[in-house]
Amino acid sequence: MPDDANYVEFKGVSKTYDGVTPVVDGLDLQVEKGEFLTLLGPSGSGKTTCLMMLAGFEAPTAGSIRVRGRPIGDLPPRKRGIGMVFQNYALFPHLTVGQNLSFPLEVRGVDPEHTRNRVARALGLVRLEGYENRKTTQLSGGQQQRVAIARALVFEPDLVLMDEPLGALDRRLREEMQYEIRRIQRTLGITCIYVTHDQQEAMVLSDRVAVFHDGRLQQIASPEGLYEEPMRNFVARFIGENNRLPGRIESIDGAVCDVRVGEALIQALRVVPAEVGDETTLSIRPERVKLAPEPGLYHNEFEAEVLDLTFLGDHLRVVVRLLGNDDFVVKIPNIVGHGAVIPGDRVRIGWTPTDCRALDHEPEAAPP
Amino acid sequence: MTEPRSVGPPARARLRAAGLTLPLVAFVGFSFLFPLGTMLSRSVYDPLVADALPETLALLEEWDGETLPGEPVFAAAARELETALGDRLAGRLGGRVNRVASGMRSVIVRGARAAAEAPAATARETLIAGDPAWGDPATWRAIRTAGERFTVRHYLRALDLDRDAGGSVVRQPEELRIYVPLLLRTLMVSGAVTLLCLLLGYPIAHLIANAPPRRARWLILLVLVPFWTSLLVRTTAWIVLLQTHGVVNSLLVALGIVADDGRIAMIYNMTGTLVAMTHVLLPFMVLPLYSVMRTIPPHFMRAASSLGANRRQSFFRVYWPLTLPGTAAGSLLVFILAIGYYITPALVGGSSGQLFSNMIAFHMQTSLNWGLAAALGGILFVAVGALYVVYDRLVGASSLRLG
Repeated sequence: MPDDANYVEFKGVSKTYDGVTPVVDGLDLQVEKGEFLTLLGPSGSGKTTCLMMLAGFEAPTAGSIRVRGRPIGDLPPRKRGIGMVFQNYALFPHLTVGQNLSFPLEVRGVDPEHTRNRVARALGLVRLEGYENRKTTQLSGGQQQRVAIARALVFEPDLVLMDEPLGALDRRLREEMQYEIRRIQRTLGITCIYVTHDQQEAMVLSDRVAVFHDGRLQQIASPEGLYEEPMRNFVARFIGENNRLPGRIESIDGAVCDVRVGEALIQALRVVPAEVGDETTLSIRPERVKLAPEPGLYHNEFEAEVLDLTFLGDHLRVVVRLLGNDDFVVKIPNIVGHGAVIPGDRVRIGWTPTDCRALDHEPEAAPP
Repeated sequence: MTEPRSVGPPARARLRAAGLTLPLVAFVGFSFLFPLGTMLSRSVYDPLVADALPETLALLEEWDGETLPGEPVFAAAARELETALGDRLAGRLGGRVNRVASGMRSVIVRGARAAAEAPAATARETLIAGDPAWGDPATWRAIRTAGERFTVRHYLRALDLDRDAGGSVVRQPEELRIYVPLLLRTLMVSGAVTLLCLLLGYPIAHLIANAPPRRARWLILLVLVPFWTSLLVRTTAWIVLLQTHGVVNSLLVALGIVADDGRIAMIYNMTGTLVAMTHVLLPFMVLPLYSVMRTIPPHFMRAASSLGANRRQSFFRVYWPLTLPGTAAGSLLVFILAIGYYITPALVGGSSGQLFSNMIAFHMQTSLNWGLAAALGGILFVAVGALYVVYDRLVGASSLRLG
């Protein structure tokens, strides 16, 4: 009966500490067996709480969580068979690397010979062969991270949770470890649920990313899906760079709608269900905006004033004033023959309606 | 042009900083090291008899210790005793010799009086007439022993040892052994108090360390409140509670658990000492434990349970080892304080609950045998020092966390 598509299932899960403010609000989520799912969101968005409820350190206020088809509400953490990598590793400082790794095996009563073999294998998996007798305090941050991962895997759980495991590492080490984690997860075919606030990390690692905001799941999709087809304003803002133009829907024609932004009328994809007259926020990726397009090529074509120009090697970043917005960004790939512009120039810019998504209107909230 | 301001070399600044500690160094030297030194020196240095009877003692050096010494020795003794009597020293002299062999005080004093007031034909007859014990070689042996300027006899006494007639060290007869059994009892009581403090203090420290900050502050305050009241008041409170017609006994009688004529003796015995000392010393266990437990992040216990450990395994394999520095520090502190504890056993210990320090106080204040008191103190000092060395070997003094 374990259902591979519903390997882990959150059903209507809510959590509140004070009885009033929800930390997690009505979460429905399915995780497939063997999947790498990342819970992504700014701090305070409820992602870590979800992980803690799954691990058994917090109890949901409402709803139920099932793992391998069975409700786990009554199981203490030690009986859930879930490996966990903690934010600050939580390696036991009074034990050596080998003792840290054999801890989960010894408390399960695995015999010493098996324990030794499995510890050696786990250390091999994280490329720390022969580190058994080191003290954990003598290891570098990256090595400690590897030991923590090995310890979470050594008792061979098929589900591993990671709570911002790379937060304490510097950038280069972080990239290296991302690759390592992905490799280990694929090698073992385990299901991995990973928490981070770093969107790039989420993109690199995940099969799917679940974006959290204010305790609510905003969207769950593959990294490409999130970037190309954000369904909510918050997701568009949080993943990658985007331009936002607030406006009002004037007319709807199937999947397409016309949106009034100031004087102009912009044709956009109607993503969220909205009626004529509703407020909306248009989301346009900077690299999808064309500078000085051939006249008539794009339906949406406007005049803008160049405010600022930054050379970034592979691309140019141009900030323009468009329809009263001072922070509209256009990215131009640095290829031979790009039209040179200088601040103060008046240029024409344009984009297709399919690259312009009419999302929910959000009152100007502080961006993440 | 401005004169460049002279900047003192770092060495000079360091010297000046060190100079600020001079008052403390002087204070410690004056109030601790000097008394300690003089006290300890008393345990091995006792010049009174040697100064009073120099000639007698010089002559006794050639004496065989078995037969009665010759007339020259008696003559010297009679002369020097007479002088001592004139200097009003005879009583103290007798007291010193009396510590070596009991009953000697009157022998010495009577001999001195006889020498001064009723000289006979020979000095030997004079002294023996004063007290027949002068005809016993044992008297002379006692004088010779008491006349040692530098001596280990206080330490021998303190260890329940003695010299036999031949001068070799032997154990005291069993009924006279007091100090070693007392030291062992003191070590046992200290151990028991330490254990009780650990059993009581560990959960409290854990509770405080894991309480929200506001509540933790209150709980710490409750632990410290006993320090605001005098030790005497706290100890007396236990008398009120535990005495035969005290609160606890009356309650037990009222509840019918104990018959009125079967009231439990909980004070003026070992029970009283244990209870009151545990209460007084508990904060010294709680504070180091708390300071260590506070540094143990909760995610260690979470990690242990996520790795499959049950509560017992998490505690004994993760939490307990991590609290060892605090446990060791608290235990060492409580044990060392307990081993030298004086006032509580004196007040609530009765006769069976007296500890080593009470014996030191007895010799300081009542028997006035300061040499022996000093030797007992020296032994206590060595015991604590040895304990510290053992601790250092086992746990490492650098891991001490006293809060």
